[in-house]
Amino acid sequence: MAAAEKPPVTGTGSVALDGLLTWVDQRFPLISTWKAHLAEYYAPKNFNFWYYFGSLAMLVLVIQIVTGIFLTMNYKPDANLAFASVEYIMREVPGGWIIRYMHSTGASAFFICVYLHMFRALLYGSYRKPRELMWIFGVLIYLSLMGEAFFGYLLPWGQMSYWGAQVIINLFTAIPFIGPDLSLWIRGDYVISDATLNRFFALHVIALPLVLLGLVMAHLLALHEVGSNNPDGIEINKNKDANGVPLDGIPFHPYYTVKDILGVVVFMIVFVIIVFFAPEMGGYFLEYNNFVPANPLQTPAHIAPVWYFTPYYSILRAVPPMFNSQFPGVVAMGVSVMVLFVLPWLDRGAVKSIRYRGTHFKAALGAFVVVFLVLGYLGTEPITVWGQFGAWLGNADRATVAARICTVIYFLFFFLMPWYTRVDKTKPEPQRVTYS
Amino acid sequence: MSDDNQVNKGRRNLVIASCAAGGVAGVAAAVPFAASWLPSERAKAGGAPVIADFSALEPGQIMTVEWRSKPVWIVRRTKEMLDGVERVDAKVSDPKSDVPMQPEYAKNEFRSIKPEVLVLVGICTHLGCSPQSKPAEDKAEMGADWTGGFFCPCHGSKFDLAGRVYKGAPAPVNLEVPQHIYLSDTRILIGDDKKGA
Repeated sequence: MAAAEKPPVTGTGSVALDGLLTWVDQRFPLISTWKAHLAEYYAPKNFNFWYYFGSLAMLVLVIQIVTGIFLTMNYKPDANLAFASVEYIMREVPGGWIIRYMHSTGASAFFICVYLHMFRALLYGSYRKPRELMWIFGVLIYLSLMGEAFFGYLLPWGQMSYWGAQVIINLFTAIPFIGPDLSLWIRGDYVISDATLNRFFALHVIALPLVLLGLVMAHLLALHEVGSNNPDGIEINKNKDANGVPLDGIPFHPYYTVKDILGVVVFMIVFVIIVFFAPEMGGYFLEYNNFVPANPLQTPAHIAPVWYFTPYYSILRAVPPMFNSQFPGVVAMGVSVMVLFVLPWLDRGAVKSIRYRGTHFKAALGAFVVVFLVLGYLGTEPITVWGQFGAWLGNADRATVAARICTVIYFLFFFLMPWYTRVDKTKPEPQRVTYS
Repeated sequence: MSDDNQVNKGRRNLVIASCAAGGVAGVAAAVPFAASWLPSERAKAGGAPVIADFSALEPGQIMTVEWRSKPVWIVRRTKEMLDGVERVDAKVSDPKSDVPMQPEYAKNEFRSIKPEVLVLVGICTHLGCSPQSKPAEDKAEMGADWTGGFFCPCHGSKFDLAGRVYKGAPAPVNLEVPQHIYLSDTRILIGDDKKGA
């Protein structure tokens, strides 16, 4: 009997606890899992600030699941009751307001963590071989998160919920041939209605959370298979001691569990300050129009998605209709996200980390960050926000022209990447990790 | 397993056939789940044609009726309004209504059965917002050459008083003219164009 051959667990300082752990370990891979993923998972010792956001994203996922479960206890996924049930949670359920604000703030916090986490990958080449599959799982998490946010945003059944969903579902109508039938199938009615709300609720509270948890697991398993990247972009597994432990590695537990707990404390301070004092964040986290119940017969004067979708929304708006169809804009928006999947194969750089990259990559990444932020800002505003050019430019909206330029730069960052990363004058990588 | 000679062909074929049959059954089982997302019988009944009576509508006025939870506008156009439509022919992207956004009987200059009565689905063809009515008097906001029409607040598409989209707007095509039929001079059926439907 193989299990009985496992050595007994010792060293907890308590005979009873040793005995209990031994009993469990002989029936479940307790000690081996603990060692493989925590106590003997060796992470590079030079992690910096940017390495907080993976664990923080997991923390936010837990916050969203716990607060979400409690919100479903009072929320009613019914077009006639939904809006009032959210107000009921806010005004009459004890503690309801804070649970709901934690959930709505958590949605934005999730995207902040994920965007910074992805930016870290861009900085240090964490998507490069051998971490391509981990990156792909990460992009799938990002896509699921966008779906989760979109479905969740319909649930309060406010004006922005309704008209935002209207705009997004109508994107599918633009698909040639199958579009109208496809959007009818998604809505389950000729308009967004109770049927749509009910299925979005099901997707939001059970289907996508299950997918997300599975993908997070796959993301972590892939990470622990290939090992963590680090700010120098070199592989610590190339330099090991006699016991096979990387010379530049330290056990995840206790070193990085302690570091991440510090990150959690600071994050939670900021998080609760927002929950208490600025849960609407000036209309960016919770849009003002969403405090008005959904009305299918009246469009709000200005429709904007929540901030985390606005860069892509800007790209959608920037592309003009072609052949009497707005499908090209939809394609551009889709490609702008999907291109992330092939990023590991677009980057031909000799080094991974920005520390050893040349001017080409640094300039390209800098431009990318700027256009992403500008597109994000423009997506929150009407296209008339910067006025019009004079007649010499056909009275074009300045913001539209700016969004078009930014969209082109956004795509050039990816499509020119095989070129500019290859010709870039890189510096030699060090043999061992450095601190800076 | 590693020795091909040891494989019992009959059993192997049975395994393959079982997997194939199981796979077909698995795919077939997905049908009711996908079908459950189609509009239910109740939703289909809710999308039935509606009758609109516009006898109380004065010339120049607009009324909104609800059909499939979408706003449908009925506008009694005056002579000046119709003149305005003719004057902007050069400024709209599809003046002859070549894109089939209307039934055949409304494919004409004024996009209607009777020139003075306009019937339009009030949903922008860009991304489905509901445009606002902007009469010719709104020249301060819409420009000195505005002859009346509709303005979509979402992305700035402009339409004339026949629902034709102005050039350069984000909306790709004209507003939709729904199927409709006159039951009497001032009563129309919206959503179907066959009597007795």
